[in-house]
Amino acid sequence: MSTTSSEASERIAQLEARIEELEADEGTEGERSMVIVATQGTLDMAYPPLILASTAAAFDWDVTVFHTFWGLDILHEDHSSDLQLSAVGNPSMPMPNAVAALPGMDRLATAMMERKIADNDVATVEELLDTSLEMGVELQACQMTIDLMGHDEERFHDGVTVGVGAATALSRMADADVQLLV
Amino acid sequence: MTDTPTETVDVKGEACPMPVVKTKQSIDDLDAGEVLEVLATDSGSVSDIDGWAAGTPGVTLVDQTETEDDGETVYVHRVRVE
Repeated sequence: MSTTSSEASERIAQLEARIEELEADEGTEGERSMVIVATQGTLDMAYPPLILASTAAAFDWDVTVFHTFWGLDILHEDHSSDLQLSAVGNPSMPMPNAVAALPGMDRLATAMMERKIADNDVATVEELLDTSLEMGVELQACQMTIDLMGHDEERFHDGVTVGVGAATALSRMADADVQLLV
Repeated sequence: MTDTPTETVDVKGEACPMPVVKTKQSIDDLDAGEVLEVLATDSGSVSDIDGWAAGTPGVTLVDQTETEDDGETVYVHRVRVE
């Protein structure tokens, strides 16, 4: 079978159209995106996802934070202003684990951290949450772990997306420029 | 084109990520060609606003200077909307 010159030029025209199409797509691809999976609910671990999410939103990135397991506490009205710091197993604590495990030590470590946060004019978890939502960050609460942890989904902050699962997170991660697990 | 700021946003006393976040929120209210002045005391804001401006389409960093206010260093950033 031979290819006629009219077939060849038709094929070239098709390829040229396809290249133009791809180049046009690239132009609209200017918006970057990031997905963070937030699994931890301690005071220190609540900060990195919220800081990165709000900053990425300032870059006009499309940002999703998928909260699961203890990460749900960050989004929960009853817990977000009362996240705790663990004194045990933290090598930066100026005390041995045997002392850190005593009753009240987590409260003490948390109070010290909260004072440092206030003294250094660092935004609170709730301020960062509000800011992130205001800037269009999508904060998602994993439905399976909402049920597993016995949370009432009505108690999550306004603007939080519920009713999502691993497939939602994965489909966004597949298209994202940055994917992080915290 | 003038580099005289149209608006000023005061983020003195605020820490990462608020200087960048508030810069972004303020700049969204400006028109093309207008300049936003950001006053910050966070020394990290120098690198952060530089990086933010470089990575955000439609904004250009005009300059970054330092001044003193009550013995405290204030970092003055000027950003233009393109």
